[in-house]
Amino acid sequence: MKKSVYAAVSAVAMSCALPVMAEPQAEVLHWWTSGGEAKSVAVLQNEFAENGGTWTDMPVAGGGGDAAMTALRARVLSGNAPTAVQLKGPAIQEWYEEGVLADISAVAEAEGWADVLPASIAGHMMCEGTWCAAPVNVHRVDWIWANADVLKANGIEMPTTWDEFNAAADKLAAAGITPLAHGGQAWQDATVFEAVALGTLGADGFKKAFVDLDMDTLKSDKMVAVFDQMRKMRGYVDDNFSGRDWNLATAMVMNGEAGFQIMGDWAKGEFLAAGKAPGEDFLCASVPGDGFLYNVDSFAMFNVDGDDKKAGQDLLSKLIVGQNFQKVFNLNKGSIPARVDVALDEFDSCAHLSAKDMSESSDNGSLLPSYAHGMALRGAQSGAITDVVTAHFNSDMSSADAVNQLADAVANSM
Amino acid sequence: MTEWLERHIPKMVLAPSFIAILVFVYGFIAWTAWVSLTRSRLLPKYEIDGLIQYERLFASPRFDTAMMNLFIFGTLFIIISMVLGLLIAILLDQKIRTEGVLRTIYLYPMALSMIVTGTAWKWIMNPGLGIEKMVRDWGFENFSFNWVVDPDMAIYAVVIAGVWQASGFVMALFLAGLRSVDGEIIKAAQVDGIPSWRIYSAIIIPSMAPIFLSAFIVLAHLAIKSFDLVIALTGGGPGYATDLPATYMYAMAFSRGDIGQAASSAMVMMAVVFAIIVPYLYSELRTKHD
Repeated sequence: MKKSVYAAVSAVAMSCALPVMAEPQAEVLHWWTSGGEAKSVAVLQNEFAENGGTWTDMPVAGGGGDAAMTALRARVLSGNAPTAVQLKGPAIQEWYEEGVLADISAVAEAEGWADVLPASIAGHMMCEGTWCAAPVNVHRVDWIWANADVLKANGIEMPTTWDEFNAAADKLAAAGITPLAHGGQAWQDATVFEAVALGTLGADGFKKAFVDLDMDTLKSDKMVAVFDQMRKMRGYVDDNFSGRDWNLATAMVMNGEAGFQIMGDWAKGEFLAAGKAPGEDFLCASVPGDGFLYNVDSFAMFNVDGDDKKAGQDLLSKLIVGQNFQKVFNLNKGSIPARVDVALDEFDSCAHLSAKDMSESSDNGSLLPSYAHGMALRGAQSGAITDVVTAHFNSDMSSADAVNQLADAVANSM
Repeated sequence: MTEWLERHIPKMVLAPSFIAILVFVYGFIAWTAWVSLTRSRLLPKYEIDGLIQYERLFASPRFDTAMMNLFIFGTLFIIISMVLGLLIAILLDQKIRTEGVLRTIYLYPMALSMIVTGTAWKWIMNPGLGIEKMVRDWGFENFSFNWVVDPDMAIYAVVIAGVWQASGFVMALFLAGLRSVDGEIIKAAQVDGIPSWRIYSAIIIPSMAPIFLSAFIVLAHLAIKSFDLVIALTGGGPGYATDLPATYMYAMAFSRGDIGQAASSAMVMMAVVFAIIVPYLYSELRTKHD
């Protein structure tokens, strides 16, 4: 396995050697520092070196990227931006508006990115018509994970509507099993909330509420229904959930303490690392409702001086969206490739489902950005929504109050 | 020449630190005040745009919670730490044999960082791991102590951890104060047959007023700037039930790209500190003039 990967890497390296003008240089700011992530980024690093580039690694761990963003702010303000930075979603546009992003349209057009990336994902990578970032992967957020044995023992099928989910959860609760493994952290509350919202509001309603911030949708009766379902979800969580990390919640599903977990596909990595097999030990399905919520990691290229650095940006962009890196990286990370023409033979069944749903939802317009993971809205707006969601989930606030607060908070965050 | 040097060397030695404080404290306060009047988002901008950030701040229910929490936490933290500290100090003051050992034991929590305190108490108060589970395992099935996961009680859990950390330090301050009271007066009172609780309440404690003031100032600024304790203990949760102005400011500045909000909340925090410190400085300076 490993040997074939290296062989593939070097084969690509030889076949796509760039015309040598200046030695490509890249200083890459990212926060992929934990085990699997660090391994994934090392793939890119090796590939870059094999193409004659010099990679300066600038990992900044901590706070889910907060620390890295602080470092980036300091670097940009001092006029010394890194070559490439791990950025995603609307943050790319925010930095573009500060006038600090570079144009990589030449590479993107030569490589035909527009043809291989789903349109809505490509949209995040463009700044006013020019390409300014390169996508690395697609994480699906609206997954529901389940313990296969627990479901079987209680005669439960994977739910396809929220009513079925509630019925299944009641059954599990009666059997003394925690229905929903959950960690009481604001972003996890938001992850469950947007899964419920997608199922209740539908893809159109979700887009209106959390992409366009349409006040009528935010205040609608359906939004009240979303909060009603959230109140039910609160009842399916064990008493001890506050502050629990997501991977501990995944472990609860793994060892049969809990039936379900709603979490992005990074949870799959936990199952696989524990030697569980998809379809046998654990089940994966999209949450009830149509649509696909994505969380796409990407690298934005910043304005830099010097031909060597510009050559570095071009090479890096080309490699990131290249077939080989997209495959190897995503095998490590548990996500799926952003480009749709990568062979998925080595991927597992959950990834196949994810890829199939992505292309289908891209065709029917239900491929949507995740609000909880900073893809749909800017930090101030998504933060304001999360404040309300987590306050409602952790108190006895009524759904009607929550909807009013939601509208106020969104208006106040503008 | 030597005379000139003698006169000016103190000024020259002090100048660098004076300039550093001028820039890094007062300069940055001025900068923050300026930014709090702008519409800064991801990066600071410098076009003044009125009081919009303060309007947004006071319209935010989360900041309301944060200020309310600061009030609850600050009041209880200061009062309980002082009362406990004074009590322990008085008990230790009874010329007991193992005072040195006991004093060290009570003072040690101060040597820990708030992060350690917060993490340890998070586990101790976690209903599934800590006290609640232990007492239930002893057979008291209905025992419940779930403050740390209850949004209404979580801020009091923070108070417990804070008091545990700080009361030893307050004890040390008070113990030094008790020892500095003139022994002759106490002996005279004892000769007059005054009971010892009266000696404490009527003679010793009133003569320790300056110590109370110092303890209050130290605890008050600890309370206002506390950040790491909340982050380690509850992460601001459940929900944002234990948010403090400092954690609010951090979230706005570093997670949400809303520097204007962060700056305005920082200014409000500074106003709170000033409201406490300025009367103190005023009274200090005035007594010096007399």
